[in-house]
Order: sequence, then structure tokens, then C-alpha cells
Amino acid sequence: MIRSTIASILVIFKKDLHSELRTRYALNALLMFVITTLSIILFSIGNESVSPELLAGILWVIVFFSSMSGLSRTFISEEEKGTVLTLHLLARPLTIYYGKLIFNTILLFSFNIFTVALFLIVVPGFTVANYGIFTITIILGTLGLASASTIIAAIIAKANTKGTLYPVLSFPILLPLLLTLINATKLSVDGAVLADAIGEFRIMISYMVVLTVISSFLFEYIWKE
Amino acid sequence: MLFKLILFLWLSLVIVAGISFPITMNPIHWNELPMIPGLEDKARIIFFHAPLAWVTTLAFLVSLFHAVRYLGKKNFNDDIRSSASAGLGIMFCILATVTGSFWAKFNWGSFWNWDPRETSIFVLLLIYGAYFALRSSVEGEEKRATLSAVYAVIAGVTALFFIFVMPRIVEGLHPNEAIIVRGRISMNSTMLIIFLCSLVGYTALYMWLLRLRVRIAQLEFQLLEKGN
Repeated sequence: MIRSTIASILVIFKKDLHSELRTRYALNALLMFVITTLSIILFSIGNESVSPELLAGILWVIVFFSSMSGLSRTFISEEEKGTVLTLHLLARPLTIYYGKLIFNTILLFSFNIFTVALFLIVVPGFTVANYGIFTITIILGTLGLASASTIIAAIIAKANTKGTLYPVLSFPILLPLLLTLINATKLSVDGAVLADAIGEFRIMISYMVVLTVISSFLFEYIWKE
Repeated sequence: MLFKLILFLWLSLVIVAGISFPITMNPIHWNELPMIPGLEDKARIIFFHAPLAWVTTLAFLVSLFHAVRYLGKKNFNDDIRSSASAGLGIMFCILATVTGSFWAKFNWGSFWNWDPRETSIFVLLLIYGAYFALRSSVEGEEKRATLSAVYAVIAGVTALFFIFVMPRIVEGLHPNEAIIVRGRISMNSTMLIIFLCSLVGYTALYMWLLRLRVRIAQLEFQLLEKGN
């Protein structure tokens, strides 16, 4: 039972991965999005010296909006291609949700690595003092962002104004996580020790767990509509 | 009708008492309010702002409660109650934000300074706004009801995180500390009675408005069904 569930979750994940690698829609769009946003920020910074604390916030603004433009595809593409009914027949809601969640997490993870690496290289003045806190923040932030935005993506796939609605619905949900992430990134920039950021990590982990659990309960209602 | 009249008189008395009763250093007469250091006359806002903020939270919880019930039973009345309560909540939320912001201007020197309470009421406003943005962009009653109920539940759960997140981010300036000093309330009995009366009055006002809205929505729904 459990083995077959895991197997079908992996099948859903592989299906999404294959169709993404074939079209590279999200990959290409997100890549350009990150580069565009970064260059705008670099142009506006110019020769000014910006404090690293402020840049920590800007980093998460880029991550938030790039995930808003990329992660909604998972469910919308099913609606657009008309494959929803097939999925209804083939898999149980829970396995679909977890398959999509894993796909979104991996997609966001690869993009965050790219964004953060680019940010560290090209933005002058952004120096991380404690890479331990920084790395854990990026990893936990990715997991939390993916868990919240997957369920919102499922909701907006059923609505009419998909593109504009996504950040509007996601922002109040993501705000506690984003505030914590910015705070933890500031700590890593200021060179705090790992023990100082334990509280932030706790909030991030509990956020991810709570959102994933409640989403797996609620996904069935959305999916059946 | 009688209920409406009583509510009108009740709230009028609360407003008159809250604005006109004098504030003195040592209250002796029955109608005198105590001086709270640092707040003085500005303390009067508590009779109006705090009940509004309370009703905002109550409306959100009622909306959440009916959203969960809708998901369980798929009874359309629950969706009507949930959205009606959210509609009232957004009104009370705006009023609470505006009154709080005015008070902040005179006490803290600026209309807005991202105090934890200000942030949390701002987030509540965002959630209400997103909820109605979602409702207006979904066609089909059942779909709209389910999606907005799911969103309300997710929003309600994440709103809880602010209780843990906010104290880590900013220091609080909100004067609960001035009014409740080491577990003792620095209001005298007159002030406490007016405050409690105001809470009861605003809650009754909310319930009355909610009943009206629910009845209107139900009648509209019946009309729509007859039309089809």
C-alpha cells in the first residue's frame, strides 16, 4: 500500500519532470526573470553603497516573485492541456499533490541555487559572514515556499484570472515565512553564530510541516471541483 | 425592531460616556475615569478601537468556522454565512486600522510604523482582500464556495504563525502594557464597565449586521434559483 503510493507519487513527479525538460517553459522563463530583475536592481544601485541587510531583503523579493511566476504552472498546465480528467482517473488526489509538491520543490531549489549564486557574484557589497546560517536558510526557505505555493497554485488553477491572482493570494500566506527568512539572512550577513538563528529555523520547519499537512487534507476538496 | 432600538440606545450611551466622562488623577465620583500615564485623553480610543479590533478577529473566526463546516457538509448556507462574515470583517478591519492609525499619529508621532499589532491587522486586511479577489474570479457557486473555504482555512492557519514570528522581528509599542500592569488592570470600575459595554455593543452590532446580510444573501440565492 505504502510502496504503491510512493511509486505513484514518483510517477507523477517523473511525468512533470519529463514534460518540463521537454518544453523548458518554466526553466527558460524563470532564468530570464531572475536575470532581468537582477539587472534592474544593479542599474538602480549604480555606484551607491547599499547595506548588506537591505540586500538580504532584496534577495528574497527576487526569490518570491520568481517563484510566483514559475510555480503556478504545475496545475495550470494540466487545466490548459485538458489532462485533469485523465489524472483524476489514474491517481488518487494525495499522490498527485505530493508528486507536484516534490516537482515544485526541486524546480524552486534549482532556481534558488542559481539566483543566490548569481546574487553573491554580481551584487557588490553582499557578503555573507556565516555560510552555515545562510545555507540552512536557503534550504528551509525553499521547502517552505514550495509547500505554501503548491496549494495556492492548485486553487488558482480553478480561477479565471490566474496570473495576477497568484501573488495576491500567496503573499499573506507567505508573509510569516518571508519575514523569518529575511531575519535569518540578516543574521547570516551580520555574522551571528548558528545558535542565534535556531528560533528562526524552528519557525521555518514548523511552517513547512504545518502547510504540507494542511494542504494534503485540503487538496482533495480543490481537486474534486 | 425592539432589538434595533435597544442597540441604538446602548451604543449611543457608550459613545457619549466614552467621549464625555472627565479624566482625573484621583477618580472620586462615579463618572470619572482614571489617568493612565502616557495616554491621558488619548486613552478614550480604547472604547472604540479595541472593540472594533475584537470584532474584526471575531468575524474572521466566524468566517473560518463556517468555511470548515461548508467543507464538511457542503451546505450552501454555510458559504453564505462565511462570506457575509468576511464582508463585515473587512469593514471592521478598515475601521480598526484607521482609528488605530489616528491614535498612533498622536501618541507615537506617525500614522504607521509597523508595530506588531499594525502588521498583524495589515495582514488580516490582506487576507480579507485576497479572499474576495478569489471569490470574484471564480465562476460557479459551488466551486467558489469550496475554493474560498479552502483559502480561508489556509490563511487562518498561517495567521497563527504571526504570534510566534512577530515578537522576534520588532519590539512592541502597543499599550497593553500601560493598561495591564503586571496582571492588574489600571482601569477603574467606571472605565471597565464602559469598555465592556462597548465590547458587548459592538459585538451585538456585528451579529445584527451579519443576520441582515445572511438574510439578504439567502433571498438573493432563492431569487436566482427561481429565475433558473
